[in-house]
Amino acid sequence: MSPRGWDAPSDLEKPPAEIPDPATTPVPEQLRREIEAHMADYPDRHSATLPALAAAQLLHGWCSPEAIEQVACVMRVTPAYLESVASFYDMLETSPAGRHSIYVCTNISCSLRGADALFEATRAAAADGVGGDQINVRAFECLGACDIAPMASVDGVYVGPLGPEDVPRLLQDVRAGGTVLPHKQLARLRVADPRANSREFPEHPPLPGAGAGAPTSEQSRRPSAPGVGDRR
Amino acid sequence: MAAPPAGVGGNLILLLADIDEPGLFTREVYERRGGYESLRKALASTPEEVLAQLEASNLRGRGGAGFAMGKKVSFLPKGSMDKYLVCNADESEPGTFKDRELMQKNPHMLLEGIVIASYAAGAERAFIYIRGEYALQADVLDAALVEARAAGYVGADILGSGHTLSLIVHRGAGAYICGEETGLLDSLEGKRGNPRLKPPFPANQGLYQGPTLINNVETLATVPAIIRMGGEEYARLGVETSTGTKVVSVSGHVQRPGNYEVELGTSSREIIYGLAGGPPPEREVKCWFPGGSSSPVLTAAELDLPYDFDSMAKAGSMLGSGAIIVVDDSTPILDVALKVAKFYRHESCGKCTPCREGTNWTVEMLERVECGEATPMDLDIMASVQEHIIGNCLCVLGDAMAMPIGSMIAKFRTEFEQHIEQARARREAA
Repeated sequence: MSPRGWDAPSDLEKPPAEIPDPATTPVPEQLRREIEAHMADYPDRHSATLPALAAAQLLHGWCSPEAIEQVACVMRVTPAYLESVASFYDMLETSPAGRHSIYVCTNISCSLRGADALFEATRAAAADGVGGDQINVRAFECLGACDIAPMASVDGVYVGPLGPEDVPRLLQDVRAGGTVLPHKQLARLRVADPRANSREFPEHPPLPGAGAGAPTSEQSRRPSAPGVGDRR
Repeated sequence: MAAPPAGVGGNLILLLADIDEPGLFTREVYERRGGYESLRKALASTPEEVLAQLEASNLRGRGGAGFAMGKKVSFLPKGSMDKYLVCNADESEPGTFKDRELMQKNPHMLLEGIVIASYAAGAERAFIYIRGEYALQADVLDAALVEARAAGYVGADILGSGHTLSLIVHRGAGAYICGEETGLLDSLEGKRGNPRLKPPFPANQGLYQGPTLINNVETLATVPAIIRMGGEEYARLGVETSTGTKVVSVSGHVQRPGNYEVELGTSSREIIYGLAGGPPPEREVKCWFPGGSSSPVLTAAELDLPYDFDSMAKAGSMLGSGAIIVVDDSTPILDVALKVAKFYRHESCGKCTPCREGTNWTVEMLERVECGEATPMDLDIMASVQEHIIGNCLCVLGDAMAMPIGSMIAKFRTEFEQHIEQARARREAA
C-alpha cells in the first residue's frame, strides 16, 4: 500500500500534527515504561525510535495512528517523524495486519529451492482457513537462513526447509499458538561444517511457543534459548 | 547426506570450533574453554600494543568491503572525545548467514572481540546493530550481555583496567540498506536508513557526529583469536593479502548448504564440491556468486580460482561477505537476473536517482525480455544502464545490482538472446 498522499490524496489544508499533549494522550503504562527505558539507553533519545515503534506495534498489531501518537507523546517527537520512519522499514506495518506474521523468504537462494511455490501455497492456505485475516503472510527478502532454504520466519521463529506439504501443519501450529514445526526449527540445527565439532554433540532443543507476532520486543518473547533471561 | 571426504578444506577451525557444544552461549562454558583470556591479555597491554597486533594480523573486514581492520581502527582520531564502536550485525546480503550462526551459538566470542576492539580504539560506547529478523540471536546476545556485565567484562573500569564500555544490542526493523555503514548510522540515530555522503567517513564523523569504528560481526569475533595467537602468527594463515580463516555460507543448488570455515586461498571448487557437495546428481554448475548476490557471477570455468579477496577481484568479482550462491544448469539465467534486480529495486532507499531509477528500469527491461517485447538491442541498453549506475550514487546499493546484472548480460548474452527470440515467437503465435 502506498503512503498517504501518494495515490490517494492527502488533506493539505490540515495543519501538521504537533507533538501530542501528555495531558490528553493516554498511553498504556507498560508501553510508556518500555519506551522510556529504551530512551535512557542512548545518548540521544531519537535512537529509541525503532525499539519504541516495535513495542507499540506489538501492542496495537500495527503502527496505527493511535500507536504512533502514543510513541510520539512519550518520545516528544511529531507523529510525522515517526510515520516517515515506520514507512521505511519492512517489519513495521503501516496498515492493519494480522496478529501472526509468516515471512516466507523468496530471495535468490530460497527461490532456487522452490520458495515461490511455498509462498503461494502458504498465502492461499492462510486466506482459506479460519481466522485468515489474523495471519499476515508476506514474501520477504533474504532472512539469512539459506542453509534451511526454502524457509519462513513464523512470528520470529525460523523454520525450514519447507515444502507446500508442510503448510497445513504450519498453519495449524500458528493457529493453536503452540510450538511451530519443532522438527524443522533452525534453532535445533548443528553447523554444516563436519570439521567444526571435534566430537558428537546432541541436537539443540527447539524453541517453545511462538510469541505474539510482530517485530522484536523483550516482552514479546519468552526465553528463546535455554538459560536466556530477561534483558534487564 | 554423506559427509565430505576427509582432509577437504584443511583442518584449521578458529571460529566454528566446537560451536555446537551444549551451553556454549553461557559464560560458564565459554570461560571453561578459555574465553575472556584474550581480553585479560589485551587489557594487560596498552591500547597501542593491541592495535599493533590487529595491524600485524592483516585481518580484512568480513562484511563485504574487505578493508584492513587494524587500519580502520588507526583512522580514529586520538584524544579524549566521545568515540563509538558499532558492530554491524545487519547481515542482509542475500546468501549470507555466517554471523547468524556465530551470534546464536557463541555470543561471548563476539562480546569479547567488541570489548578488545573498543579498548584499542578508545571507544567507551558500543552498539550491536542486529537486523530485526534475527530475534533469537538478539535475545541470545542480550542474555550473554547480562552475564558479561555481571562478570565485569562490560561496564565501568573493566577488570580494573580503567577502560569503560557501555554496550547495547539495537534491533533493526527490516531494511537491507541498513547494512551499509552510513545507512546503519542514520538508522541507529532513529531515522530512515538513508546513506550519507562520504567524506566525512565514519572514522571522523559517524554516530552522533563522533568518531566511529564500524566492523562486521565475524571481523570482531576473530579478534580474540588474534590476541590469543598474536597478530603475526594469525597472518601466517591464509594467503599473503587475505590472511586467516573465513566462514563461508554456501547455498542454492548444493547438496549440503551451510557454513564452512576455510583458510582463505582454498580452491573454490573444494568449497563448493568438496565441502558443500556440489549440485545435485546429473546437474552442473551454471554460475555462482562468490560473495552474495551483489557480486558479479562467475562461471563453471572459474571454479578453480582460489577463494580469497584478491583472486576474486582479479576475476572481476569480489569475495564480498563470503556467501557462495550456486546456480545449476536447470535454472534460466533470466530468472536469476530478475530475482536479483527485483530485490535491489525493493531495497533501494530512493535517495540517489541512478539507483532508484536504474533498479526500476532494469526490472522493467528484464520483464520485457521475459514476455517477448524486447529486442537484442535492449540488452545493450540494459548494460549501459548498469554502467551509468556504478560509481554515481552515495552508496553501493545500485552498484550491487549493476555488477551482477552486467556480468550476467556479458557472460550469458547468447542465452538472453535465445530468451528474447523464443519469447517473441511465443508472443507472436498467441
